Amino acid sequence: MTTREAFARAKAEGRAALIPYLTAGFPSREGFLQAVKEVLPYADLLEIGLPYSDPLGDGPVIQRASEEALRKGMSVQGVLELFREVRALTERPLFLMTYLNPVLAWGPERFFSLFKQAGATGVILPDLPPDEDPALVRLAQEIGLETVFLLAPTSTDRRVETVVGYATGFIYAVSVTGVTGERERLPEEVRDLVRRIRARTSLPVAVGFGVSGRETAAQAAVADGVVVGSALVRALEGGRPLAPLLEEIRQGLLQKEPA
Amino acid sequence: MLRLPDFPLPDERGRFGPYGGRYVPETLIPALEEVEAAYKEAKKDPAFLAELEHYLRTFAGRPTPLYHAKRLSQYWGGAQVYLKREDLLHTGAHKINNTLGQALLARRMGKRRVIAETGAGQHGVSVATVAALFGLECVVYMGEEDVRRQALNVFRMKLLGAEVRPVAAGSRTLKDATNEAIRDWLTHVRTTFYILGSVVGPHPYPMMVREFQSVIGEEVKEESLRMFGRYPDALIAAVGGGSNAIGLFAPFAYLPPKERPRLIGVEAAGEGLSSGRHAASIGAGKRGVLHGSYMYLLYDHDGQITPAHSVSAGLDYPGVGPEHSYYADQGIAEYAGVTDEEALEGFKLLARLEGIIPALESAHAIAHAAKVVPEMDRDQIVVINLSGRGDKDVTEVMRLLGGEL
Repeated sequence: MTTREAFARAKAEGRAALIPYLTAGFPSREGFLQAVKEVLPYADLLEIGLPYSDPLGDGPVIQRASEEALRKGMSVQGVLELFREVRALTERPLFLMTYLNPVLAWGPERFFSLFKQAGATGVILPDLPPDEDPALVRLAQEIGLETVFLLAPTSTDRRVETVVGYATGFIYAVSVTGVTGERERLPEEVRDLVRRIRARTSLPVAVGFGVSGRETAAQAAVADGVVVGSALVRALEGGRPLAPLLEEIRQGLLQKEPA
Repeated sequence: MLRLPDFPLPDERGRFGPYGGRYVPETLIPALEEVEAAYKEAKKDPAFLAELEHYLRTFAGRPTPLYHAKRLSQYWGGAQVYLKREDLLHTGAHKINNTLGQALLARRMGKRRVIAETGAGQHGVSVATVAALFGLECVVYMGEEDVRRQALNVFRMKLLGAEVRPVAAGSRTLKDATNEAIRDWLTHVRTTFYILGSVVGPHPYPMMVREFQSVIGEEVKEESLRMFGRYPDALIAAVGGGSNAIGLFAPFAYLPPKERPRLIGVEAAGEGLSSGRHAASIGAGKRGVLHGSYMYLLYDHDGQITPAHSVSAGLDYPGVGPEHSYYADQGIAEYAGVTDEEALEGFKLLARLEGIIPALESAHAIAHAAKVVPEMDRDQIVVINLSGRGDKDVTEVMRLLGGEL
């Protein structure tokens, strides 16, 4: 299933696409695979994070999950194996979220090719504004990976214009100024950001950061998709089942706030 | 009249050759563009420069002396050794050259809240000081391990009215404090100015910090022409992130090679490069990205940043500024490593021979000079950047030496 089809299918059902995020190897290798099985019935697309030593765009929940996954021995090789296993479970688009340095350490060509072979649909690069390294972005695309970049409430129209020019797959709209993590409400400006992005691209727009339950999901559902990360990871941390949270968020996506 | 010099690099994208750039979450890009524009405008504004000069002179204590260390020169029996006495500045280190500049810029931009990362606590104290001076709200992030090693500086910051937030993540040192400061900035970007302490981070910081620090090298240039009628033969400075070294080197680095003194940066080799416990990013690192900049960096086969180690908290950083990375590749400067043990020898040597207790950071430069100076002629001139004083390190050194001398 292509990314466009995944978003279109959700739209046909009158809702925004649900994109769960999980940190690879958290709470353990087996625990992660179990979590994937729990989220798949709800997931239109899936985002998997490569645990990194210095995740400066992430809040405490994902920081802790990354540290724990690394402590338990998760590696780039390990994440590749997990991608292959997840790919065997689903046809849905799978996105790798990774900071840039692991890509550089493996060599971008080797890194991207291996993830493509392991079943990744695309990459999300939170610390790479695409105009910093257009060659690297082109390389990922030539290898057949979609390249997803973030835009934020602080992004000027000129930045939106620049960034969408490099994006394929979808656009990741950050709902808040800040790091990942749950919020009680999303700021109103998320609506404005989605509108400004849509004015400049036909790619689907997914809102992420801060989605914690029904209300925030409904707010985020002004977009074509909603990413849920920290809330899921925190549930895993507490040993709680993921289905009730996903059920609640799905309800929120159906009752989107009027655009 | 103070002037913030122009240099040929970085280019308009913030690159020194391949190094530098802006590898940060998109949220910060507009803020970085805003800081860059404000800085470029301030740099040309005589009122801004006059105010900076006023505070550098009357508050920080510039210019600093270029002191002829005669006993040390005699002891080594080679070149004449001069110390650039940044240790005499208010707050005890060169850091204030930069923090005054950035705080004035923050005020000019209407930002009432400043944040900073700190390792040894020297930069944190310096930021807390200028925040008190200009009435700004101040939060300093410091790794838990450094909070322990530098308790006195933590108390100093609190006395100055700053809030110190210990960081428990990762290696609990400067790199993690920097992550947390960046996260704070991501969250409060509209109201907050990030006062970065070294020539690292996303553009324009490596450029801006260099220019505020280049007053060191500009003074050395002027003083050496006055005192010797020529430039020194060699300049030596310790390199962690690299701000004191860039401050000394940059005014000389872009001279034609024949006119350029030998520039020697000294990295912390910790327990030795082969031990894996060191902070020598150029000596033993690879190219990579951390805190927004492409530079030499310490990381493992998967790109995970490896914790740096040095007896000196101020050198305990796994990367090195993009301009140093460029100098190293181009052979503009050479970089050497000094172990913890050698640095402690340098620390004791300067205390005994010259009556100056240096910061452990600066003690690395002294320790390397001990290898270079004896090989030089007596009519040659070496300038060592004494970037800070050692009061902050006395407790730690006493612990390391077991109270015995």
